[in-house]
Amino acid sequence: MDLMKDTAVTLSEKIRAGEITVMDAAMAAMDAIREKESAYHCYVTVLDREAVLKRAQEVQKLIEEGKLNGPLAGVPAAIKDNMCTRGVRTTCSSRILEDFVPPYTAEAVENLEKAGVVIIGKTNMDEFAMGSTTETSYFGATKNPWNEAHVPGGSSGGSAAAVAAEECIFALGSDTGGSIRQPASYCGIVGMKPTYGTVSRYGLIAYGSSLDQIGPMAKDVRDCAVILDAITSHDRKDSTSVKREGGDFISALINDVKGMKIGIPKDYFGEGIDEDVREAVLKAAKVLEAQGAVVEEFDLGLVKYAIPAYYVIACAEASSNLARFDGVKYGYRTPEYEGLHNMYKKTRSEGFGEEVKRRIMLGSFVLSSGYYDAYYLKALRTKTLIKQEFDKAFAKYDVILGPAAPTTAPKLGDSLSDPIKMYLGDIYTISVNLAGLPGITVPCGTDMNGLPVGLQLIGDCFKEKNIIRAAYTYEQNRGFAMNAPAAAKEGGENR
Amino acid sequence: MSRQYETVIGLEVHVELATKTKIFCGCSTEFGGAPNTHTCPVCTGMPGSLPVLNKQVVEYAAAVGLATNCTITQNCKFDRKNYFYPDNPQNYQISQLYYPICRNGHVDIEVDGRKKSIGIHEIHMEEDAGKLIHDPVTGNSLVDFNRSGVPLIEIVSEPDMRSADEVIAYLEKLRMLIQYLGASDCKLQEGSMRADVNLSVREMGAEEFGTRTEMKNLNSFSAIARAIEGETERQIDLLEEGKAVVQETRRWDDEKEYSYPMRSKEDAQDYRYFPEPDLPPIIISDEWLEEIRRRQPEFRDEKQARYKEEYGLPEYDIDIITSDKTLTDLFERCIALGAAPKEVSNWLMGDTMRLLKEQEMEAADLHFSPEHLVKMIAMIESGAINRKVARKVFEAIFKDDVEPEAYVEENGLKTVSDEGALRKVIEEIVENNPKSVEDYKAGKKKAMGFFVGQTMRAMKGKADPAMVNQILREILD
Amino acid sequence: MANVISDETMEYVGILAKLELSSEEKERAKEDMAKMLDYIDTLNELDTSGVEPMSHVFPVHNVFREDVVTNGDEREEILANAPEAKEGAFVVPKTFD
Repeated sequence: MDLMKDTAVTLSEKIRAGEITVMDAAMAAMDAIREKESAYHCYVTVLDREAVLKRAQEVQKLIEEGKLNGPLAGVPAAIKDNMCTRGVRTTCSSRILEDFVPPYTAEAVENLEKAGVVIIGKTNMDEFAMGSTTETSYFGATKNPWNEAHVPGGSSGGSAAAVAAEECIFALGSDTGGSIRQPASYCGIVGMKPTYGTVSRYGLIAYGSSLDQIGPMAKDVRDCAVILDAITSHDRKDSTSVKREGGDFISALINDVKGMKIGIPKDYFGEGIDEDVREAVLKAAKVLEAQGAVVEEFDLGLVKYAIPAYYVIACAEASSNLARFDGVKYGYRTPEYEGLHNMYKKTRSEGFGEEVKRRIMLGSFVLSSGYYDAYYLKALRTKTLIKQEFDKAFAKYDVILGPAAPTTAPKLGDSLSDPIKMYLGDIYTISVNLAGLPGITVPCGTDMNGLPVGLQLIGDCFKEKNIIRAAYTYEQNRGFAMNAPAAAKEGGENR
Repeated sequence: MSRQYETVIGLEVHVELATKTKIFCGCSTEFGGAPNTHTCPVCTGMPGSLPVLNKQVVEYAAAVGLATNCTITQNCKFDRKNYFYPDNPQNYQISQLYYPICRNGHVDIEVDGRKKSIGIHEIHMEEDAGKLIHDPVTGNSLVDFNRSGVPLIEIVSEPDMRSADEVIAYLEKLRMLIQYLGASDCKLQEGSMRADVNLSVREMGAEEFGTRTEMKNLNSFSAIARAIEGETERQIDLLEEGKAVVQETRRWDDEKEYSYPMRSKEDAQDYRYFPEPDLPPIIISDEWLEEIRRRQPEFRDEKQARYKEEYGLPEYDIDIITSDKTLTDLFERCIALGAAPKEVSNWLMGDTMRLLKEQEMEAADLHFSPEHLVKMIAMIESGAINRKVARKVFEAIFKDDVEPEAYVEENGLKTVSDEGALRKVIEEIVENNPKSVEDYKAGKKKAMGFFVGQTMRAMKGKADPAMVNQILREILD
Repeated sequence: MANVISDETMEYVGILAKLELSSEEKERAKEDMAKMLDYIDTLNELDTSGVEPMSHVFPVHNVFREDVVTNGDEREEILANAPEAKEGAFVVPKTFD
């Protein structure tokens, strides 16, 4: 019995039924990591085996005492390395935080721990979540478990790959411009970015504060809903945290979309999209239509302006958010320097990678004297218009359907050479962050090379239930099982 | 100097608000803790930490705005001001640029009998920085974040002042208003009130302003006065030599009585303000604003009128007592405890002011309880102590807030009212000073004073003066 | 390319952001930044006159804490990650003249 094939829900059922123990599950995960990590490099930090065992025993005891009986009790999971974990180093995959051990735990992670989840490690990512491939990590790239010559996507590439490679049961990711949905799509798993404000950002090391949101990355839609239920909280420590009425996302796991209105933006199928991707996504729309959804095409508009607006806003916020890494309070400090400003400059130049520096410089420039109105305010006004476009669309549709990314996972080393091309890969995900909307990606097939394609479903603010319901219905009726990559390589049929 | 110049001054006044906790976290604002003992992830800029606004800060800032006749921005926001410095843990300061909480106010001052209105451009809320301490052993600097995140308001005046006297009058007026509100103790020496002076000079009658400089590091009224004088002179000298004044920030050195430029190549002074994404806007509804308005205290002008009307105190007394919030509070609490207004006023104006001066303290430092002063006054009235002894008791109250009855008891200061014992002492004195008895009989009134003095000395000041007089008369007449 | 980034601009941004790039990195960064700004300039095709800039996506407002002390002395943990500490304080190069 390979426990790592279980979903969170099925594994926890076995644990609570007494078929297996929390220790069995945790050790199965630790063994999987030991076996596969050299091939994929999903983790920056794997927790000490003894510490995991001890935590597993505590959870086991609580389950036995009847104090823990939720659907995640005892499940081993991984956390993206930009969420603070007390006593466990948190690096953001950056040299500048190589040895940073936070004195506190992120609210979302704490919520998981309260639900009885056993944290086993911190996953690799693009440095400070800046990138779409997980290649900008100071600790080296993560490989796509479907094909090791390809990237897993990013920035939550380590989390996506760890779920796909069965090196954990599920993981948390964070999404600023598509960083959960795109790697989930590339790795053939389900990933969800909730409405901005749903999951507390306290303890999430900020990239673009007005865009960042934590979300689940898991094997199926049910797990995603269950995890989202657990991590959602109205947190007084995060002033942008929203009090959600009628959370209970599990109740949206309904295999029925009769009468649901689904809009497909024509603009999402224009230039730059792979034929295989287009085909797989439109086929998925047919599946939903067959289940009774009303599907039609429409003009979303302003799609191409989302990326430039996003880069102005995200880089401006990042230039300020990352100013705190200065060699004074924590993290890396250059060994040799002359005076304060030289210490700052050398520390930051040596501590940050090239992509991070590029974005900090762009962000500093667009905010600098004389440019603020032309760039920053212009971007905020564009954001207003983009939000209005979505408002118009959601007046007509319950769900917007499209691809998660224009292509499947590119080869390692292919993307970084041309930043704009890399940024264009985020075209379907980015506007969702600008408008604060929820989005979910579900695997909808593979391309000619056997790499997964992801379907993206976007909902109106606070309407996660619509997209969970549509995603769940699709998953139940797509007509194939999305096998793990290992099985697929052995000849499993995904289409 | 052939030409006549005019000095144009505007002030940026920072005031530390009297909240119990910092502006964005639950750390104490208490003074004097060991370095970094009042810190947490938020006020040390730990990655992943987030600010949550202290409601009291908004209420204090709005209250100061109302007291200075400002328009309150009912939809206001915070912005980030970006600059690198080690006392600034995030390397940005959360402040307000685009939508400050108060705008367009004024306060009225009076200098040499002339009334003038000083405009207030805006008041905004922001966080204080930490403290840098020089380490003489290594030459390095040490960073203490205990003050990091203490709430400040910055009150930016219009360039409406023309002399150091006006500046001091404006600052005193602000200090008074803010103290009355209880929004800050406004101590310049301790840095809970700090003023940066923006100063330019222009030829008398000119329409355009000259180029201004900003002076920092001014921590007393006298330093401010000297800095204004020094900087005015420096700028006039430059203009007279045909040179230009450079717009820059300068640091006042009060010992050398000269200001020095602070800028270096590494400070671009380009703060890249943008809206703080971690803090949602603040909407001050009409109801909330009304509530703040209702809670505004009685200010000085109103108090002065009432003291005159209700207590019939002389204007001189009123002026001094209302000059400081701590004094007024003490006064009112004593009255509430039943003491006679004039009697309380005398103690506050006389011995209290004298002792403050001797101890080099500010009125805000007063810490004795009104109960003790009131009890002491009652003891005088009942004859339990005489006025001379009372002054001694008051000193102890002033210094250590002693309970007067216990203090009098412990130190044996109680008035001796045992007539027999007193008579015996007086008889002895009269017997030993026949010359003075003669003088008295010859009608020299001075002699009476001599006997009283001798008696009080012998009684170590504890005799009831009325009784001494009576016995003396009985014996001598 | 419409935008050209000068060495002076790079140096100025370096002062603002406290970054010092190697000459090789700098050349690449100049080119990338120019390209990005060209791309960003496409926003000028949009007429945004009269459009309110949106800094917060939801109408959440008035999120406050009460003025109550909740934190104790956490100095040890706060200093635990410091590259250099002395006598309970963070150590930095001299900041005084």
